[in-house]
Amino acid sequence: MTGKLDKFCLVAAVFALLSLVFPLSGVDIDTGKNVAFVSDLPGLASAMVACVVAGVVFTWYGVTSVLRACIVLAVVVFGAWQAVAALYHQGLAGYASYGFWMFIFSLWALVWRAIDVIANYHSLENGKQQTANIIVPVAFGIWLLFLWEVITAGFGVPQVLLPPPSMIGARFASSTGILWDDFRQTFLKAVIAGYVLGCGSGLIVAIAVDRVPFLKRGLLPLGNMVSALPIIGVAPIMVMWFGFDWQSKAAVIVIMTFFPMLVNTVSGLSAAGRLEKDLMATYASGYWSTLFRLRLPAALPFIFNALKINSTLALIGAIVAEFFGTPIVGMGFRISTEVGRMNVDMVWAEIALAALAGTAFYGAVAFAERKVTSWHPSFRVRRH
Amino acid sequence: MTTDAATLPTAAAGPTLWGRMMKGQTGPVCVMLIGLFVLWYVGAVFMNMPGQIDRYARAKQDWTPLQLVEATLAQDRPVLPAPHQVAQEMYKTIFATKITSKRSLVYHTWVTLSSTLLGFGIGTLLGIVLAVGIVHVQTLEKSLMPWVISSQTIPILAIAPMIIVVLGAIGLKGLIPKAMISTYLCFFPVTIGMVKGLRSPDHIQLDLMRTYNASRWKTFAALRWPSAMPFLFASLKVAIAISLVGAIVGELPTGAQSGLGARLLAGSYYGQTVQIWAALLTAAFVAAMMVVIVGLMEKRVLERMGVRA
Amino acid sequence: MTLQAVVNNVAPMAASKDVVVDIQKMSLTFQTADGPVYALSEVDLTINKGEFVSFIGPSGCGKTTLLRVIADLERATGGDILINGVSPQQAREDRSYGYVFQAPALLPWRSIERNVTLPLEIMELSKEERLRRAHEALKLVELNGFEKKFPWQLSGGMQQRASIARALSFDADLLLMDEPFGALDEIVRDHLNEQLLKLWARTNKTVAFVTHSIPEAVFLSSKIVVMSPRPGRIIDVIETDFAKDRTLDIRETPEFLEVAHRVREGLRAGHSYDD
Repeated sequence: MTGKLDKFCLVAAVFALLSLVFPLSGVDIDTGKNVAFVSDLPGLASAMVACVVAGVVFTWYGVTSVLRACIVLAVVVFGAWQAVAALYHQGLAGYASYGFWMFIFSLWALVWRAIDVIANYHSLENGKQQTANIIVPVAFGIWLLFLWEVITAGFGVPQVLLPPPSMIGARFASSTGILWDDFRQTFLKAVIAGYVLGCGSGLIVAIAVDRVPFLKRGLLPLGNMVSALPIIGVAPIMVMWFGFDWQSKAAVIVIMTFFPMLVNTVSGLSAAGRLEKDLMATYASGYWSTLFRLRLPAALPFIFNALKINSTLALIGAIVAEFFGTPIVGMGFRISTEVGRMNVDMVWAEIALAALAGTAFYGAVAFAERKVTSWHPSFRVRRH
Repeated sequence: MTTDAATLPTAAAGPTLWGRMMKGQTGPVCVMLIGLFVLWYVGAVFMNMPGQIDRYARAKQDWTPLQLVEATLAQDRPVLPAPHQVAQEMYKTIFATKITSKRSLVYHTWVTLSSTLLGFGIGTLLGIVLAVGIVHVQTLEKSLMPWVISSQTIPILAIAPMIIVVLGAIGLKGLIPKAMISTYLCFFPVTIGMVKGLRSPDHIQLDLMRTYNASRWKTFAALRWPSAMPFLFASLKVAIAISLVGAIVGELPTGAQSGLGARLLAGSYYGQTVQIWAALLTAAFVAAMMVVIVGLMEKRVLERMGVRA
Repeated sequence: MTLQAVVNNVAPMAASKDVVVDIQKMSLTFQTADGPVYALSEVDLTINKGEFVSFIGPSGCGKTTLLRVIADLERATGGDILINGVSPQQAREDRSYGYVFQAPALLPWRSIERNVTLPLEIMELSKEERLRRAHEALKLVELNGFEKKFPWQLSGGMQQRASIARALSFDADLLLMDEPFGALDEIVRDHLNEQLLKLWARTNKTVAFVTHSIPEAVFLSSKIVVMSPRPGRIIDVIETDFAKDRTLDIRETPEFLEVAHRVREGLRAGHSYDD
């Protein structure tokens, strides 16, 4: 006993206890289906009892170690499994009632406590710490998916409004061919080409602009202004100029990514400190030598900032540009046509793909940033 | 070292207005804009030229270079309309059309603007409330912050059509769904900026408030909120711009009859390039104006707080 | 040793062949929005080979500016200045001096070793030569073993030593130091002062050293230049004659205190109380 009762576990125990008493499903007047109680669902009942036990035990003794947190998580996994089984195999889907939601709430309290404990885990061993650092967001994400599934199935949310993740997952798995084609068209062709061209030209123009103060003063305010404009609106024009295929999307991306890179690089090039510039002057270092040895490295954090902003802009730009016309392939095309057919699960599969691709793209840029600018103070966790 | 050395008052002759303009930003920006304008004309001539030559050839008509240039700047559906064509179209649809008419750009602009502002308002409020909660309640920080961040992995602009259609299916039509997209886009930068801003006071300043035994509310009102103002306005500029983009993209799906986005889409369907450019320039103007207005508000507020511009 | 032997009034400028820095009637005026600022006025100064010259004076007396003019980081607006018999620009292009700033100014993305080799890289030396010299320079400042570390992994004093190694690495005969130890605490500063003195004795370099600490100036220098502000000018030049292998103990000797007193008097006399 730690002297203090664990509030979260207490809540979990109380709600699990209540769920044993309250009806698990409501009445359907049309079919005259019975209200279901614990006695009708032995599997779920066992999970509820497990939650009560775990809740009471840990209320008293506290979730004081990672091992205990893992035990709690195991109870939650068992409970979640039984809840899903009850929804789909015992006909609770669409009829779930108070008792069921109390049980879900009890699980929520438990999972919260367990994740909290793991999140606050500190180890001097790198491996253990990293494992804990990975478990927390993963467990949180899985919990969110479970919640989404249970809520859409339990309340019988119309699939048009929001399909459950299982359905999206099934759709994703069964249409990998189409998804791959769309991914290749939108991401591998349009996004990559537009991103490289846009960022590259932004960088080069920035270096050129930096040499001419007049250009710098004239272009910088304009560049800042352009980033506030709805550039995506040039998409129909680009489609007219460059045709329906990926080239027009790449053109949109080039325009969208050019200005953030320009503005960031120009301000990055003046980021080198006065002392460092004087230092290079005492070495009689030439323009290019100073550029490559001092100013570009000092500008790297700014350049990476633009690369990160642009990685998100590029994907969104490509998808939205496809709304204005595209050959019969591509993520934006698929989204707009499947929405028209009310195939919302396919739309969500594309969204999942977009989120995945976008996150991976951003993650790759962020990883490169970490590798290349590891010297920057923002990446320094502690002094060695 | 050198700054506080001897200073002698002198009647230095002020630089000329022209010199000052060229030294500051105004002059260069104007030169750039004029350059852009010239480039636009040159581009219009060259991009429209092949089509025009084709047309002459089909009509078996002779032409002089001067005629060709004139014709390229007066086509009905040019590849790139000349600035004066766009200006004429904008004049026609903004000033010479009744604003209640469906052909009036003012009408379409208002449709887009109203959902932009509604979404911006709700999004900003939501963003501020979330930020205040996150800064003051530790549990909220741990629970809400991951949600706020993961909410942005969904490319909302890309699924805007679905949201519009789905919400339409359950009876939500018109202003609200578009405003919801704008809200979703708006709240994120505001939350992130405000969390940063509300946390920006130094430790010493917070400790000072503790020595006064100031309540949380007093600390918030006297220290956190004022220090967050620069961050808030920086976020607001991003938010208002992105809110407009959200509203425009929300108007893209088939069925949207009005708004600048619908004008863009209709223009691209019927190859009305002049209409597209007019809608685009109007959208750009609206965006610029909104950012300028937020900027002016920022200036006023910060001036009142004694921050030197 | 009599006091007279230790403290001499500066002799008239010797036109010897060993003059490293020769400044005559030099002045520098900044044009600002509020009118001209007279940073330096009518400065005459000679630095001979092997001397350790300190510039001391209150803030705004132009001592840093004077050093920056010697380094061609600022241009004089009047008078003549020769470094090794050539113009400061030519001297800079010949890489004839090493400069140590108030802050270490190490590039954070380079390891200590690569920071020290930076000037050598710009001078396009071969890789083996660069590494050899960096190793030597780091040994001189007792930083061997820290080659692969990054600047942030070193303490402030070590960082400043690394920046001194960087200035030594290309073997310039003239070392310009602008309050190099100003940001360090006194204990580290004493230690680095001793090290610097040893370095000076061993390498026989010419050092120009800006400081606002009287004990530091007296302890280190063979010649102390006292400056005063508004406009920046030289009001006294004091030559000292302490042994080259002196240690911190001499700070308690009457000779030391006598020189320090004279420096303080000079500073007081030159200070205008109009502010």
